[in-house]
Amino acid sequence: MKTTAARATWRSRAAARATSRHRCPRPGAPRLGPRRRAARTGQYLALLCYLVFLAFPLLWLISTAFKPPAELATLHPTWLPERPTLNNFRQAFDEQPLLRAAGNSLITAGCATAIAVVLATPMAYVMARHRSLLSRAATGWVVVSQAFPFVLVIIPLFLILKNLQLINELAGLVLVYVVWSLPFALWMLTGYVRAVPREVEEAAAVDGAGKLRTLVSVTAPLLAPGIVATALFTFITAWNEFFFALVLLKSPEKQTMPVVLTHFIGTEGVADLGPLAAAALLATVPSLVLFAVIQRRITGGMLTGAVKH
Amino acid sequence: MPGGAAGKGASGEPAGGPVRRRRLLTAAGATAAAALLPGCSRGDGRGGLRFLSLAWQQESVAANKRLVAQWNAAHPKARVSYVQGSWASAHDQLLTSFEGGEAPDIIHDASDDLADFAYGGYLADLTGLVSDRLRQDIPGHSWQTTTFNRRVYGVPFLQEPRMIMANRRLLTTAGVRLPTADEPWSWEEFRSVAQRLTRKDTYGVAWPLKEPVSATLNLSLSTGGQLFHRGDDGKVTIRYAKGDQIVPRVIRDQAVTDKSASRSTLGMGGADTLPGFFGDRYAMVPLGFSYRQQITQQAPKGFDWMVLPAPAGPGGDQRQGVSPQTLSIAEDCHRKEDAMAFINFLLRPANMVRLARGDWVLPTGTTALADPALRTTRHGWATGTALADQLRPAPAQSVRGYPEWKDKIATPALQEFYSGAIGEGELEHRLVSDGNRVLARYQR
Repeated sequence: MKTTAARATWRSRAAARATSRHRCPRPGAPRLGPRRRAARTGQYLALLCYLVFLAFPLLWLISTAFKPPAELATLHPTWLPERPTLNNFRQAFDEQPLLRAAGNSLITAGCATAIAVVLATPMAYVMARHRSLLSRAATGWVVVSQAFPFVLVIIPLFLILKNLQLINELAGLVLVYVVWSLPFALWMLTGYVRAVPREVEEAAAVDGAGKLRTLVSVTAPLLAPGIVATALFTFITAWNEFFFALVLLKSPEKQTMPVVLTHFIGTEGVADLGPLAAAALLATVPSLVLFAVIQRRITGGMLTGAVKH
Repeated sequence: MPGGAAGKGASGEPAGGPVRRRRLLTAAGATAAAALLPGCSRGDGRGGLRFLSLAWQQESVAANKRLVAQWNAAHPKARVSYVQGSWASAHDQLLTSFEGGEAPDIIHDASDDLADFAYGGYLADLTGLVSDRLRQDIPGHSWQTTTFNRRVYGVPFLQEPRMIMANRRLLTTAGVRLPTADEPWSWEEFRSVAQRLTRKDTYGVAWPLKEPVSATLNLSLSTGGQLFHRGDDGKVTIRYAKGDQIVPRVIRDQAVTDKSASRSTLGMGGADTLPGFFGDRYAMVPLGFSYRQQITQQAPKGFDWMVLPAPAGPGGDQRQGVSPQTLSIAEDCHRKEDAMAFINFLLRPANMVRLARGDWVLPTGTTALADPALRTTRHGWATGTALADQLRPAPAQSVRGYPEWKDKIATPALQEFYSGAIGEGELEHRLVSDGNRVLARYQR
């Protein structure tokens, strides 16, 4: 704790020194020089462009979902629908079992996330804290495993799951998602564990905490943002996954959301654009909600941790 | 981690919050477990036949489902469960299903996708299963599209010619002759019409050639193009003969020399050109027959459009290559007779008409083609049905190695040729010399 406090003091002194070097110092209200102000404006502009770039597809999707067919094929498309309609949503629900598909996606993604996080967290701790040849080999294998393309593993995987009688079962898909997301989850969490200073655990030990108590009361809260970020990543990956779901699930009643979305696409890539946009918009909602809910936990977790007594 | 997260979250909650949450989590866990457990949610179609349908348009899906329901009501011992597939992913889905022995019993696909599955032994030979009615009702040239090594691997039932969607007002204003099935435009006349229709803000034609190979090969049948020639030894070689050169030359001349065709649409898909078509940017757009559905749905009020036949070759030759939609039976299917009976039911003339209308394409069956519902001039149905007997198997139908030749050689070569980047000599060199090297690997 002392180290952290000392660093903070050092940082504030350094900042004070930087302020005192400013050309037009004004006590209590530091102002940026013209060059730095221009640079800062540039940074904000770049950030704004990036945000627009990121938001554009989602905004366009929302706009398309509410447009009637005639507005989808105009030479000069508008940002806002001129005659907004809910028909696309109605048609999407009429044509495809979206709720059932969303339920299947939620079950597979939720279960895969829970299992992957439960498995990855202790594994990551061991790999980060007990560095041995085995843990280095495991890290190497994790990185290598990410290089395998889907198409390379799909047929062997299909045959293995068939032998396990897990074809056309959501449990089979969960198993695949866990296996597929575990390496990255492990790699991600290992980084988070390494970022937790050993000194914190040592301090807890000095204060008389046992190993388990240290892990639960000291390390775990510090790892919470990492766990949440990993869970979010795993969930979104599983929620959006298409190829395995397409190949492994046969019955219509088991199909997940990404697979059902392709039913709006016809020959030569022609799409039933309005209903497709409406269904795709609904498919993004759980990810957005989850992110909105969890984001607070991520920042909240970051603010706790080292200052916990 | 439970300790951290739960501890923090509970601090601000009213009494009973954690208990409620625990109950909620338990309920969610139980629901998930019930859904995950094998066998808990099997459909009642298990044990029956599974029908993978690639129908995607609203009317088409409804027609298919209605027919399946009718069949199931009449045949409780040979029930069929409807499995919705997608054209975008059908090949991958089928390939893994075949490899894993989990393929659907009845398979909806297209004839140009069948060759590899047929040669791979995944599809049942239907030669002895097809009813006489179907055999006689569907013309021989349609059966050719699903016949490999003299065995029939699918029933061709729907087909889609390429037609010209035209803005009637622009054509009438320009005073051009409107072609009919009896008196179509020649390719030269088509070129001059496109020039006459070209104005400051309007191109005479827009060629959406994102997939240039099938469009070029299929339309070139009208000018005697064949490209793929099978020798006495059964091996296929490519020759870029006079008949193969006419259509590519017209398209390139329109885009590069006359500037009567928009160059920006050369890389587009058909649907991408519709806004320009509706906005008078393009007077004519060659498109698949089914695009009429999108035009009907998306065209602005009062937009006056019409369907014209594709230009004809020498002597009024209107032949055109098509790859019909097909119904096949998996080799692993244990109830092939039942599956064939279902196909026979699905393709009764009245049902074939329903399916064709649902997909906005033409049926292959001659009885269905004669149905008044498909002979109406509304939405250009009559123009399409008048050309039905001119439709032939796509030239590359059963050529092994065609997908690789198409993707690696022909698509980039034709795209560069149409944009003016390479000349005819280079195009021929790539299609023939490079192409024959590719095909040779498949025919050793």
